[in-house]
Amino acid sequence: MELAIISGKGGTGKSSIAAAFATMGSEVILADCDVDASNLYLLFNPEHEEEETFTGSYKAVIDYDMCSLCGQCIPVCRFDAITAESDRIIISETACDGCFLCSRICPEQAITMQKNDQSRMYTGKFRNGRMVYGWLAPGEENSGKLVNLIREKVKKLTKQNESSHIIIDGPPGTGCPVISTITGTDKVLLVTEPGVSGLSDLKRAVELVQGFNYPAMVLINKHDLNPEMTDRIEAFCRGADVPVIGKLSFDPQITEAMLNCRSIVEWKPESKTCKELSRIWNNIIEL
Amino acid sequence: MKIAIASGKGGTGKTFVATNLFQVLRESGLEILLVDCDAEAPNALAFFDSRQTDCIEVKQQVPVIDPDKCTFCGKCHEYCAYNAIFMISSLEVIKVMDDLCHACGACLYACDERAITEKPVVLGHVSSHTLNEKISLVEARTRVGVMTPVPVIKAAIKTLDKQADIVIFDAPPGTSCPFIHTVAAAGYVVLVTEPTPFGLSDLKRSVETLKQMGKPFGVIVNRAGIGNNEVYQYLNTEGIDLLLEIPFDKKIARICSNSEMVVDHNPALKQQLLDLGQKITDKHGIGHHQR
Repeated sequence: MELAIISGKGGTGKSSIAAAFATMGSEVILADCDVDASNLYLLFNPEHEEEETFTGSYKAVIDYDMCSLCGQCIPVCRFDAITAESDRIIISETACDGCFLCSRICPEQAITMQKNDQSRMYTGKFRNGRMVYGWLAPGEENSGKLVNLIREKVKKLTKQNESSHIIIDGPPGTGCPVISTITGTDKVLLVTEPGVSGLSDLKRAVELVQGFNYPAMVLINKHDLNPEMTDRIEAFCRGADVPVIGKLSFDPQITEAMLNCRSIVEWKPESKTCKELSRIWNNIIEL
Repeated sequence: MKIAIASGKGGTGKTFVATNLFQVLRESGLEILLVDCDAEAPNALAFFDSRQTDCIEVKQQVPVIDPDKCTFCGKCHEYCAYNAIFMISSLEVIKVMDDLCHACGACLYACDERAITEKPVVLGHVSSHTLNEKISLVEARTRVGVMTPVPVIKAAIKTLDKQADIVIFDAPPGTSCPFIHTVAAAGYVVLVTEPTPFGLSDLKRSVETLKQMGKPFGVIVNRAGIGNNEVYQYLNTEGIDLLLEIPFDKKIARICSNSEMVVDHNPALKQQLLDLGQKITDKHGIGHHQR
């Protein structure tokens, strides 16, 4: 079974819940697809077996010795990245989208494209299986591509051990990296928290998942912090035909576990939270 | 001046800080504009009883290939840096994948047959809202399923009213493109973190990115008391300004979860945010109005 865990809103507890499921018992393959804020490696300190370079976007760079200041590159750039100053042409690294057009039309061939190869993908063993995670260089936008690379790696690992469950910790939002995270998975778990923001982001996430026709289910984390909003979330889920698979109370032991580099299951296996998580995990497998 | 409220990790309290800072500065008599740039999860508007005054569609020009004029030469496919043009020339199949297109226009330059035209595709909306008579709130919102929020964020930043004394951006999480485009437009960045290993790890990434960009910034530690002291040691070692500590408090969490203003119930925080606004504007200028 391949489970993707996403949320729309950040900070609802995706990673802590993914870590809990990853340490429930049988070996798993764990993928951290929140590539610009990957955190699971902090808990599991995997032993690296492989490091791969991910080539992300390109940036245009001008060779001033070759530039004739003709200015033809300026109007073709749709990202407003190129401007003329009194004695030279400036390309903004932030605004450049890496489309190559300026480099293709420059009559002096003064513009070259430099690739950003600072991003990495790591594969390694951790104490309950294997994990794959990405590290996206700052300012990159191809996070969906890095997520795809991670997912491909996971597929290869699955061939070596077909019985393992796959748990994917996804990024927040509803954009490209989230779409890459859920594409082709068996089940999608949406982790939310009771609040106006949590519900609003959940609605967007449900729309996304249902748009792809994937079976979605919802876990309401920290439900006791706002019981009225929890009721509203449950009402929304009923209306949208998405099962609420479980609710977790606010539990400071989850943070405590993180401080000790453990999942809550490893840290307090007898806690109420763990018993509920275990019930939820079994439900997810059976659903 | 423009201040971005950002964080690497999601859910650390960006919107909480942005909305409450907006509220206290507004009450102090300044013209403040709050821009929600978290276009994939926009939530700031829900905190206010505002009225929408304007809404623009953000569109992108996506190519359309005329199969009758196309010679399947493959030049557009080669020019496309985003793999948005799919082609099997032997079968005379060519297709534009709208979702992958960045609307750079390179394929138009590539095509010698004039077989490519463009059609607009809606990516999202930028809406303006008022609390009195002036526009006080702007929201960037992408359509669900749109690959990148960047064009909508850029469109929101472009609409900004130059009359405001202070513009506050509620930034998207992470350190990738959407974050960069938001903070690039700001003169100062407030990073909101929480004192946990996850919070610290993501904070370090944000700090590295802002240093590379040469942006001045400071840090708010939210939910102080829930984790450990490592974040303080880090800030100290790196010489980073600790702007404010907001203790973890279930009451604050509850007020926020109802999209209400914490400063209306918490005079201490109100004063602290007022002081923070003052400190940032004193140190980093106030923009168009001299005060």
